[in-house]
Amino acid sequence: MDFAQSLRLIAPEFILSVGGLVLLLAAAWMGDKASRAISIASVAVLAAAAAFTASVLGSGAMGADTQAFFGQMRADAFAAFAKLLIFAAAAACLMIAPRFFDRWKAMRAEYPVLILFAVLGMSIMVSAGDLMTLYIGLEMNSLAAYVLAAFLRVDSRSEEAGLKYFVLGALASGILLYGMSLTYGFTGTTSFAGIRAALASGLSTGALFGVIFVFAGLAFKIAAVPFHMWTPDVYEGAPTPVTTFFATAPKVAAVALLMRVALDAFGAQSDAWRQIVIFAALASIVVGALGAIGQTNIKRLLAYSSINNVGFILVGLAAATPGGASAMLVYLAIYVAMTIGSFVAVLMLRDAEGNQVELIDDMAGLSRTSPGIAWCLALLMFSVAGIPPLLGFFAKLVVFQAAVDAGMIALAVIAIAGSVIGAFYYLKVVKVMFFDDPADKVKGANDWAHWALLIVSTLVISPLGYLLTGWLGTLADTASAALFLAA
Amino acid sequence: MIGVEHYIVVSTILFVLGVLGIFLNRKNVIVILMAIELILLSVNIQLVAFSAFLGDLTGQIFAMFVLTVAAGEAAIGLAILVIYFRGRGTIAVDSVDRLKG
Repeated sequence: MDFAQSLRLIAPEFILSVGGLVLLLAAAWMGDKASRAISIASVAVLAAAAAFTASVLGSGAMGADTQAFFGQMRADAFAAFAKLLIFAAAAACLMIAPRFFDRWKAMRAEYPVLILFAVLGMSIMVSAGDLMTLYIGLEMNSLAAYVLAAFLRVDSRSEEAGLKYFVLGALASGILLYGMSLTYGFTGTTSFAGIRAALASGLSTGALFGVIFVFAGLAFKIAAVPFHMWTPDVYEGAPTPVTTFFATAPKVAAVALLMRVALDAFGAQSDAWRQIVIFAALASIVVGALGAIGQTNIKRLLAYSSINNVGFILVGLAAATPGGASAMLVYLAIYVAMTIGSFVAVLMLRDAEGNQVELIDDMAGLSRTSPGIAWCLALLMFSVAGIPPLLGFFAKLVVFQAAVDAGMIALAVIAIAGSVIGAFYYLKVVKVMFFDDPADKVKGANDWAHWALLIVSTLVISPLGYLLTGWLGTLADTASAALFLAA
Repeated sequence: MIGVEHYIVVSTILFVLGVLGIFLNRKNVIVILMAIELILLSVNIQLVAFSAFLGDLTGQIFAMFVLTVAAGEAAIGLAILVIYFRGRGTIAVDSVDRLKG
């Protein structure tokens, strides 16, 4: 593999880094009045990167031809699937930001640039073929994310969210790094293929500790129980467009990275980590469902909902089969659509002065004051709860199917019971919106970008979304085949 | 004779001290930043020790990357802390309590 070939394979990352740097200079030169133009340019950069990525996914690229820089990066169909989801989510978060920050006169030209750098980090993460690439990508994403969490400097909650996210994120990186150094020491290599070959013959105690620490660090990043405590605080404190970003793109990247590490690098020892994943899956489902009960802030509620969803995604990982990986990817795609829809709906709730309405009680009677938002949010909530015929049901169906196919019937049964508990608080939101007396807090019009995103995501999760499932399933199967071929 | 296991023990002790430093410290956020540095440096000791033990350069290159990232992380951590101090007028750990539930 020559150098030029490697460069061609990392074309999306190349576009993102050059685009990010150029726009950073433009932001420094032109100042905050150019923030809208830079947002639009950033979406264009994301679209260009997505165009290069889509062809990789379309051709189903896998195997040795996709390895760039001696296997440091793998631009295969699996990475392409995750990248497309990340790019789409990031573009949505750029579209909803200006209006939110304008209220505080805090829309800065650095916001789209930071999103681009975070996306670049995630893009490197999902195509990592080596522990070093993994670490660099993860940190690139995290460092941009810490700044984004503290972006709304006039709000003391945002500062605090940034600080908490930084401390706990740095701790998670440290734990992950410690696990990676143990893995390196006891297998003698940092490449995923080398680690897999070294672990095929057996797992020494040192390497087992390495595996456990790596899983703990990644569990922090995907907000799986018992490493979830930062999630509600950060989601509540961070500015809502940033929360939308945290709940979608980095989650996709970290889950895809976890899949690559678990099924490829540690794939030969799946019995060693399966217990950890099963525990984390069930604990996330239960804690996510119970923690959400009694929350008064909709952003906190959605934070617990994301913990709950990560649990269902991990059910697919516990299966450790190509079917399970494919189910996880389908779940991720549907999860991104539902999460963007829910957060956009929350962003559209403003009072007469234009402040965000975040308390669930203030949403009372929304079906009479703003029926459009109320109906969309109700459909989204039913979908997240997994009620047929909405698409959220299909997402849960495929992961449970994968678990049952892998012979893990008990896991599937407990997870289904957990999803019933979770339905309680989603339905509570619907009840408050439709059957309580109007609180008459939500006023004000919304621009077309919010409506377009809300309507598109609601249409995707509506029964019409089932038209997409055949196509989505084929893509996810291709991606998971690429993951298992490398393994 | 000092073997690789001695280095592992030292780095593990430093790592545990760093983690405890984050959780037990109730005074000052700067101490938390120091604890994070301690964790990253303990990992570096381990990487370099493994690298020498295995006769493989990868670990040392990895340690270089970790050093670079640690510098960036410290810069961002301090920047966030400065913003936090401007807003609250304190960096006591107990003051980080506005978000809970």
